[in-house]
Amino acid sequence: MTARMTMASNRPRGTYNYAYLDEQTKRMIRRAILKAVAIPGYQAPFGSREMPVPYGWGTGGIQVTASIIGPDDVYKCIDQGADDTTNAVSIRRFFARVADVVTTEKTRDATIIQTRHRIPEAMLQPGQIMVYQVPLPEPLRHLEHRETETRAMHAYEEYGLKYLALYESVAAYGRIAGGADYPVLVDERYLMSPSPIPKFDNPKLHQSEALHLFGAGREKRIYAIPPYTDVRSLDFEDYPFDVQCWDEVCALCASAESYKDEVILDDAGNRMFVCSDSDYCADRRQAGHAGPMAGHALDQGGKPEPLA
Amino acid sequence: MAYVSVKGGERAIGNAHQWLDALRRGALSVPEIEIDQIREQLSFAVDRVMSEGSCHDAELAALAIKQARGDLVEAIFLVRAFRTTLSRFGASDPIDTGSMAIQRRISAAFKDIPGGQILGPTFDYTHRLIDFELADTRSAPPAVLADEPLADQLPTIASILAHEALLETAEPDSDDGSDPHDLTREPMAFPASRAQRLQALARGDEGFLLSLAYASQRGWGSTHPLCGEIRMGEVAIAFTPEELGFPIEIGEIVTTECQMLSDYTGSADRPPQFTFGYGLSFGHNERKAMAMAIVDRALRHAEIGETPAHAVQDEEFVLYHSDNVEASGFVQHLKLPHYVDFQADLQFIRKLKQDWLAARAPATPADAGAAAAE
Amino acid sequence: MNMIAPVTVDERLLEVCGLDKSFGPITACKGVSFQLRRGEILGIVGESGSGKTTLLRCISGQLQPSSGAVMFNSRRHGFGDVFGLSEQDRRRVSREEWGYVHQNPRDGLRMRASGGANVAEPLMMNGIRHYGEMRQRTLDWFARVELDTTRIDGRPRTFSGGMQQRLQIARNLIHNPSLVFMDEPTGGLDVSVQARLLDLMRMLVRDLGLAAIIVTHDIGVARLLADRLLVMKDGEVVEQGLTDQVLDDPQHGYTQLLVSSVLQI
Repeated sequence: MTARMTMASNRPRGTYNYAYLDEQTKRMIRRAILKAVAIPGYQAPFGSREMPVPYGWGTGGIQVTASIIGPDDVYKCIDQGADDTTNAVSIRRFFARVADVVTTEKTRDATIIQTRHRIPEAMLQPGQIMVYQVPLPEPLRHLEHRETETRAMHAYEEYGLKYLALYESVAAYGRIAGGADYPVLVDERYLMSPSPIPKFDNPKLHQSEALHLFGAGREKRIYAIPPYTDVRSLDFEDYPFDVQCWDEVCALCASAESYKDEVILDDAGNRMFVCSDSDYCADRRQAGHAGPMAGHALDQGGKPEPLA
Repeated sequence: MAYVSVKGGERAIGNAHQWLDALRRGALSVPEIEIDQIREQLSFAVDRVMSEGSCHDAELAALAIKQARGDLVEAIFLVRAFRTTLSRFGASDPIDTGSMAIQRRISAAFKDIPGGQILGPTFDYTHRLIDFELADTRSAPPAVLADEPLADQLPTIASILAHEALLETAEPDSDDGSDPHDLTREPMAFPASRAQRLQALARGDEGFLLSLAYASQRGWGSTHPLCGEIRMGEVAIAFTPEELGFPIEIGEIVTTECQMLSDYTGSADRPPQFTFGYGLSFGHNERKAMAMAIVDRALRHAEIGETPAHAVQDEEFVLYHSDNVEASGFVQHLKLPHYVDFQADLQFIRKLKQDWLAARAPATPADAGAAAAE
Repeated sequence: MNMIAPVTVDERLLEVCGLDKSFGPITACKGVSFQLRRGEILGIVGESGSGKTTLLRCISGQLQPSSGAVMFNSRRHGFGDVFGLSEQDRRRVSREEWGYVHQNPRDGLRMRASGGANVAEPLMMNGIRHYGEMRQRTLDWFARVELDTTRIDGRPRTFSGGMQQRLQIARNLIHNPSLVFMDEPTGGLDVSVQARLLDLMRMLVRDLGLAAIIVTHDIGVARLLADRLLVMKDGEVVEQGLTDQVLDDPQHGYTQLLVSSVLQI
């Protein structure tokens, strides 16, 4: 007869290993991380596990963080640059619970910063670790759908397909297309996807003083940029890489340097631009900077009034 | 107009979960569903969740189904996530389906076979008329026992065909006694080993495999399968603890196994033989086992010397996308905010549009004046 | 027996020594040996099944011979066995110093990329990073192979077969290879298109001082383009020598058969 297990015979509810993953799994992930750090930009395969969060929602970043986090760490989690976006809140609560760790919204106080789609504006310091959530680690995937082929391209350093795409883009549009997930060459060897950060953030990777770890849970790859590594965005000599800029300053803090979110205010197409990096913007406002919409309801986290 | 954003924060999540829990419970006037009821009376759902959840635990699967409100893909995800937290203390010996305690065993290849065609508890010959009496509870009379028990062991079709060496034998991946590839521990690698392929298919989404198998029968594939055998029943699980050094039986599980036969004309190295595809699931699930067997055979084209021409024969396409937990996660992740990247796209399109308009703008008097001044 | 004048080390570009290639019990090539000088064009002729395409794939580094050596005078590595290099180095030699023109242009082009991108790719693969320079060189080559430059951004599938072949040729010459392999380059094209293409190829090869190895079953193509010929039958070289000598005064029975079966126009 079929063996019956009662629920009570399972481990008592609510007790998980520190940071959720068991020690063997963490060890396996750390080995992959070490390999990735030793070969900057190379996608190291790892035995990704099913996590309590669905694939596509940050399992790679979560597994990387879970493998490196300790009780002395200070953990920050952002999505689209902000600490209070729903998925960032969800992941931060997860680690607060399973890793019993101090969490923060202040970039400069964090030892581990897990992110989806942005790098903070504040310059990262030695000893800080950025953990990126990556949906598609393979920069060549849209051009060559076979893993067996893309693996060979990386091994042979044959990135012609990617340069072809740049060429076609200039031939078609007169400029290199692509505003986010803009491919980079790491240490002049491996072509890498920096994850869907806007190209605005690419320069922050070059010769950074922090360690950058990239986790793709569903695709089961980890890659890394160690500190002080050359990272070059692909371009042509006569069509050099450039970053986004806005005519407007941040409506709340007046920053002209930061990456901006576009906020639609009403049906008439009125809009304002605010810093995507919520911590950066808050710091500036605290320091006394004020933009044209300072005092706006967004500032207080409530519903904004439509423009009169 | 309200400002729409995902900056809901802590409160929104808390409220959302509360509402979710209320919806799961449904109307309070209706009795809460119990795990035992799901396990006993929705057993096909339980079997599927165990198979694709890669975890044989009927109660756990039933609980997951309750928590997921009947969404089986969600329930499979719950089981998989729980499985991650379990420690592994070893691997069982391979199950011996040849010694299965048969409940059902049929072959389409032969009219009669040693041990007989055993119909078993099948829907196949029911008329699909909704039985409205089931709307109320109806007592089901106990099933009548046969006069004589079945033979202890019913030989497999494979063993029957083996006498004339008419059926290929399955090649093990390696002889060195190393562990087979385990997808729950290591990422997929291509070209896929037989172990990896079968494991991926066994945990793969039934619907996806069903469609691929169907397409291959209709021409998008070339296996022309014949059902060699389907058997369903209990198999014993044996485990050899290190301390004992000999196998002990730790329980029994129900499995469904399918061998699909395809023909093959032979080559310089191989005599003409039937080739086969293999399917296996936990519990009773013939649709899955059959679809899996058809897809398995289609993916073996390289070993057999066939030219792949269809999606069902493309192992990267099939194996990468057969996992419904991965598929569901990635498709649905599009609900997450992507506005930072969208802002980058907006910028790009706006610039392109500016260029486009500028290229078509008529020359202004100011341009003419500037040109004259040069 | 045809005498081949010994070459000095500088002039030697390719030297194949005792090359064998078998697939299981089937022998595709047996004991093939020959030398190729810079700027020399070698034709490999024989009927289908003679092993000539397999030979071409071995000497162009795509297939590992079962035995024998393929010595090439590489700009980067000097004179050495191509199969003594790592796969990465061999692929790089192939990219930088060789061209390979397929019989079917679809096998040698990226059908989903524009014509211009196809021709520019070898430049990008070899380190050129200036779009304007690549674009100009691509336009030059379009003109050189007599393709309409206004079609530079068109996809190859919109080109005729003859135009696709011209595109493939441009793609294989733009990076200044020292050696070009061609597998039935005019097969599958109609006669007048073939003739024009052959004229173009002859002119380009002379102008650039290229060495080439051309596999063909068409004696006419061999006579027009090749300085020397290798005649293959059942995987073996039955005769080799200067083209005119081999075709006008064939020694081996099979060569005589081949030559006599060509329609005299």
